[in-house]
Amino acid sequence: MPGDVIIRLENVTKTYTMGAVEVHALRGVTLSFTQGEYVSIMGPSGCGKSTLLNLLGCLDRPSAGRYELGGSELSLLDDDMLSEIRCGRLGFIFQSYNLIPQLNVIENIGVPLYYQGRPERESLEMAAEFAERVGLSERLHHRPYELSGGQQQRVAIARALVNDPLVILADEPTGNLDSASGTEILSILDDLNKQGKTLIMVTHDEHIADRSMRVVRLRDGEVVSDVWN
Amino acid sequence: MSGTETAFNDVALRPRLSFSYLQRTIRMGFRSLWTHRLRSLLTVLGIVFGVASVIAMLAVGEGASYEAQEQIRRLGSNNIILRSLKPPEEDKVSTTRSFVVEYGLTYADIERIRATIPGVQVIVPARIKRDYVWRIARRVDCDILGTVPWYAELHDVTMQQGRYFTTSEMKRSLNVCVLDSAMAYELFPLDPAVGGSVRVGREYYRVIGVMKPETRQADEAAAQGGSNGGSTSASYQMYIPLTAAKNRFGETLLKRRSGSIEAEKVELHQATVRVSRQEDVVETAAIIADLLDRVRKKKDYEIVVPLELLRQAERTKQIFNVVLGSIAAISLLVGGIGIMNIMLATVTERTREIGIRRALGAKRHDIVVQFLIETVILSCSGGLVGVVLGVSVPLLIERFANMVTIITPWSPPLAFSISALVGTVFGIYPAVRAARMDPVEALRHE
Ligand SMILES: Nc1ncnc2c1ncn2[C@@H]1O[C@H](COP(=O)(O)OP(=O)(O)OP(=O)(O)O)[C@@H](O)[C@H]1O
Ligand SMILES: [Mg+2]
Repeated sequence: MPGDVIIRLENVTKTYTMGAVEVHALRGVTLSFTQGEYVSIMGPSGCGKSTLLNLLGCLDRPSAGRYELGGSELSLLDDDMLSEIRCGRLGFIFQSYNLIPQLNVIENIGVPLYYQGRPERESLEMAAEFAERVGLSERLHHRPYELSGGQQQRVAIARALVNDPLVILADEPTGNLDSASGTEILSILDDLNKQGKTLIMVTHDEHIADRSMRVVRLRDGEVVSDVWN
Repeated sequence: MSGTETAFNDVALRPRLSFSYLQRTIRMGFRSLWTHRLRSLLTVLGIVFGVASVIAMLAVGEGASYEAQEQIRRLGSNNIILRSLKPPEEDKVSTTRSFVVEYGLTYADIERIRATIPGVQVIVPARIKRDYVWRIARRVDCDILGTVPWYAELHDVTMQQGRYFTTSEMKRSLNVCVLDSAMAYELFPLDPAVGGSVRVGREYYRVIGVMKPETRQADEAAAQGGSNGGSTSASYQMYIPLTAAKNRFGETLLKRRSGSIEAEKVELHQATVRVSRQEDVVETAAIIADLLDRVRKKKDYEIVVPLELLRQAERTKQIFNVVLGSIAAISLLVGGIGIMNIMLATVTERTREIGIRRALGAKRHDIVVQFLIETVILSCSGGLVGVVLGVSVPLLIERFANMVTIITPWSPPLAFSISALVGTVFGIYPAVRAARMDPVEALRHE
């Protein structure tokens, strides 16, 4: 599928220093993602998938290399600017849902809007709209512990969508779910991609990877294969 | 997705701290605290009791010092009070030789003060004798004060019924008397006291007035620690003209004292000197002391200057306030440390929440504001409850312990703002610690 390049990584490395030991989580990754892509990142445990996703999500900074998002170089930005980018351009979906326990469904979905400084009325309306889109309009005022895992993950998806991000980053989104609710979540993600959202997803499951357009495989912090289905 | 197209164009437009943002953050703070109600309650108890005890103790202290100052003021800030005092050492020697102890202020002393010291306005001499006062079969143990008509004016005596005795009654040394209200009630429970008569020894006295209870002289004795020649003052008082006291009782008084009988020769037990200008009071007291010492071998009197007592009371109050201030500071400090301790634990416990919020776009200062607001909510609500408690406790004390309490108007707002300040100061460190967390680490936290 043709599109503009929205993410460009050039020779990105990430090194953790733990006392005298240096862990090279990423050793020179060069990748680019275009608008509307659906990418799976695979590889054995500890190969650096999550590290890569955190870098893409501006939660962490590369030790070296260039990272461009939507045409702007990010390594020079300060912490507040990175927060603003996360707030306005990125959506996260985590393996363990990561909802805020004291907030109800609609409030959880509205958190990114709150940090955007949107008026409360507007953000509640938007949150309700996105809750409906993931099929949770009956559950707007439930707290996370009152929901099943699949429902919680749907809340997390709605939350990732509510700020209309450039890219959605998902780290093993079905890792904690049984196959039925996993399939449900994946079909939501498929739909999103069909509507034009760019999706980058870490997974261990070959079947899940088969649904995507492109599979990037990592090993020991290096890209070993990058194939289009 | 048409409505959300503008989403990231206006991202950077958010003002750093808008009113609605603060409002929502405060609401969210309340929600988080409400989730852990019991913990929040226990956390603020330190502040609650700190604030409450400051206000309550200030109120009680203020009330006590007001009462003391009122009592002293009733003695008159322009007055100097002289009292006869039995010299302690002379006591043993002289009682073995002569039966009668002679000491105290004399009429000559009074005359000398009047004649030589300028600026002295009124001098009220008084004799005090303790005896039984009878009315038919009713008997009352009381202090009988022989004094002068202008005593009433000098001591702000106000009458409940009747009048005080006059100069002509004193000149003629008539047997008239004024009773205090409690005594009047004791002796005349059913009929009016004024117009009736009471008996002391073999003499009858006509009652011409009853004075209001709050103007009794017993207050004086209380204010001065009751140093009245060793004898305790009776709870009832009766006033007669000085001349009558002199003529009827004579110069020598017999005192009943734990079984034995003592004879004393005292001309005057007490004299009150009024000085016209308040600035001169202390100096005049020194001159009087000089004057009196010149004609005596031993110190058989004491000088009480109410103005000095007043100043002393004010100094005591200042010290009290300093002590109170330190206690308040310490208790609020302890309360603040308690809050900080809990907030640090809360921050650790909510590490994951912090990570989530950061991932969803919270800036560092958003996290700081969030936790700081929670701390401030805690300490302010603690302060508020403390103020309510601190204001109601003195009211209860006043009602049930019969003490005067005065809530100084500035103490509740001051205590409250200190508690708010404590919350802010002790909230900063946990909040900053929360904001410093690395988002990735925080998200990984279990
Ligand atoms: N904060 C850190 N400090 C030190 N080393 C780290 C840190 N985070 C990750 N690593 C190391 O970096 C490497 C890559 O970790 P990463 O979490 O990216 O693996 P992963 O591919 O996501 O594994 P999994 O599939 O098990 O989630 C690992 O060897 C890990 O030990
Ligand atoms: Mg991982």
